Amino acid sequence: MPALTTQEFISQDHSAGLGEDQLLAMYESMLLSRKLDERMWILHRQGKVAFHISGLGQEACQVGAAFAMERGKDWLHPYYRDMAFVLALGLTPRDLMLALYGKAEDSSSGGRQMPAHYSSKALRIITGSSPVATQVPQAAGVAFASKLRGLGEVTVTCLGEGATAQGDFHEGLNWAGIHQLPLVVIVQNNQYAISESTDKEMAVSNVADRGDAYGLPGVMYDGNDVMESYSVAKEAIQRARSGRGPSLLEAKTYRPVPHSSDDDDRTYRSREEVEKWKRRDPILHCAKVLRERNILSDALAQSLLERVMAKVDDADQYAQQAPYPRPEEALWPVFGDQSHAAQSAPAREVAYAHQE
Amino acid sequence: MPTKNNLEALREGMAQALRRDPRVIITGEDVGPRGGVFRATEGLYAEFGPSRVIDSPLSELSIVAVGIGMALNGLRPICEIQFADFIHPAFNQIVNEAAKIRYRSNGDYCVPLIIRAPYGGGISGGLYHSQSIEAIFAHTPGLYVLAPSTPYDMKGLFNAALQVDDPVLFLEHKRAYRLIKGEVPGDDYVVPIGKAEVKRAGEDLTIIAYGMMLHEALKAAEALAGEGVAAEILDLRTLSPLDKPAILESVKKTGKVLIVHEDNLTGGLGGEIAALIAQEAFEYLDGPITRLAAPDVPSMPFSHPLQDFFLPNADKIAAAARRLAAY
Repeated sequence: MPALTTQEFISQDHSAGLGEDQLLAMYESMLLSRKLDERMWILHRQGKVAFHISGLGQEACQVGAAFAMERGKDWLHPYYRDMAFVLALGLTPRDLMLALYGKAEDSSSGGRQMPAHYSSKALRIITGSSPVATQVPQAAGVAFASKLRGLGEVTVTCLGEGATAQGDFHEGLNWAGIHQLPLVVIVQNNQYAISESTDKEMAVSNVADRGDAYGLPGVMYDGNDVMESYSVAKEAIQRARSGRGPSLLEAKTYRPVPHSSDDDDRTYRSREEVEKWKRRDPILHCAKVLRERNILSDALAQSLLERVMAKVDDADQYAQQAPYPRPEEALWPVFGDQSHAAQSAPAREVAYAHQE
Repeated sequence: MPTKNNLEALREGMAQALRRDPRVIITGEDVGPRGGVFRATEGLYAEFGPSRVIDSPLSELSIVAVGIGMALNGLRPICEIQFADFIHPAFNQIVNEAAKIRYRSNGDYCVPLIIRAPYGGGISGGLYHSQSIEAIFAHTPGLYVLAPSTPYDMKGLFNAALQVDDPVLFLEHKRAYRLIKGEVPGDDYVVPIGKAEVKRAGEDLTIIAYGMMLHEALKAAEALAGEGVAAEILDLRTLSPLDKPAILESVKKTGKVLIVHEDNLTGGLGGEIAALIAQEAFEYLDGPITRLAAPDVPSMPFSHPLQDFFLPNADKIAAAARRLAAY
């Protein structure tokens, strides 16, 4: 069975129920992520930070899904492009900047992980690795625990379309289908796995076509439309919470920037293609809709921008000045049991290492 | 005190864990009504039902990954890998995920997960039902690797594994499952993680072993005793983190050490133990640190003469010990 369209999947347009405040909050959330992301690119080009990997251009599908979740109850097992998603769930610009600079106060990992490996137990954002798709079967396990414990929680996990080539993705969906888990898998199809276009990644037209193979609905939708993204995610989350099982959502989007600060996308795609997609920018689109509905005026747009930029400036300054971790913090935490942690790095061996 | 074999001791440990802690879940291939191919979970499905003892699809990667997810969300899963030889698809989930989650989240998250894996050979299992995988995983900080050899230690270390909030690779020697019997208390006693045990005291040399090789070493020690050689047998029990004080204490006492494992020689645990002794007890040595291990061939062959040639045993251990004692 081919992928479902939004209209075939949703029982109603859930975004129609969003109030002006929520719509503006979604817009501001996307804008904050965009401006923070842009600043990070600049900081890298200035040589102030070692690495940046971006979520730029994918804000709509992330923010739409975040607003459809029950915050503090539902889980997110994110991937490295989920900047807008984790900001919408409560990580702050300071948190993300601290991680970018590798500072001690980095709330995701205390400077251990590269930037964009978001984590917060308090916000139910699960720590991730760099190998792709490993989070999918783990998210199935998180959802399985919610089901077994009768907690009414839903787990959302994200990945790129490139990661759907991994066995982890398929094995995770298989468990989700067998046990009808409260899981929503969002594939953000930005059309490139670093340099490889989708025709080199898979033989089917849509990732969502694969849902049928695991006994769950696969849905494709415009991931650059925040309201459509909200509506689809809301439907999937409602299904999951009410015991009607998992969904595979494919947000069609685009990555208008290189894969990371170490990539040069001019080597594998045309500028014309990139410019074409920039005209379909999710934030411009959202602003246009809000203006048409008389929710967003020039004055309001300007004040939101100023508020966002103030947060970006504050985060950047705060993180630049924040202290680095003490070097010996590299030694922990290995195990929860401190006696075992100490044994994993005995004093005498450390002393030898430093003598050389 | 009741006498049980390794398998029965472990099964009792699992049943008691399921009874006393609703967070404990078992999953793996055939662990449900079938009770596992080795019968380790026999009767548990009948007592605890399909929401506690869960048959998994045949995909080791996801057995571990789903276990990680369950552990992140308040459960204490016990994941069975049917044969240790099949654990390799799950390598990334164990080494890159489970073992690194505490560190990479700066202690915010932890993974209280037990991965059970029958390992080792001598049962005509050929290349893919005989492997010793411990060295591959003992290299991974953040992951406990346990390899109990006796019924008492099987249950006691299993109970200890249930009490830590970090991933544990629990290695069960499959030939020892029914072969080895011993007294097992009925309560939920604990054998501490990270503690080796002197299973037989002696003054002339130390033999360090674990798993089925422990029992072969004990047999060898009996033979050696008749020849006037008193071998001390140290059972590692925990392979990571190693009980360095116990290793050093025994070697300092005897001055000679033979390390035995059925894992192949190069890059095996014996090398790490030898390095530790060379660095920390050099002045006490009265002979070369000696290793006895399987040859560096890809895996254990099936045919009996080949298998027997591959495996260390009591005779080979005694021969190596004799040479070392005479050094």
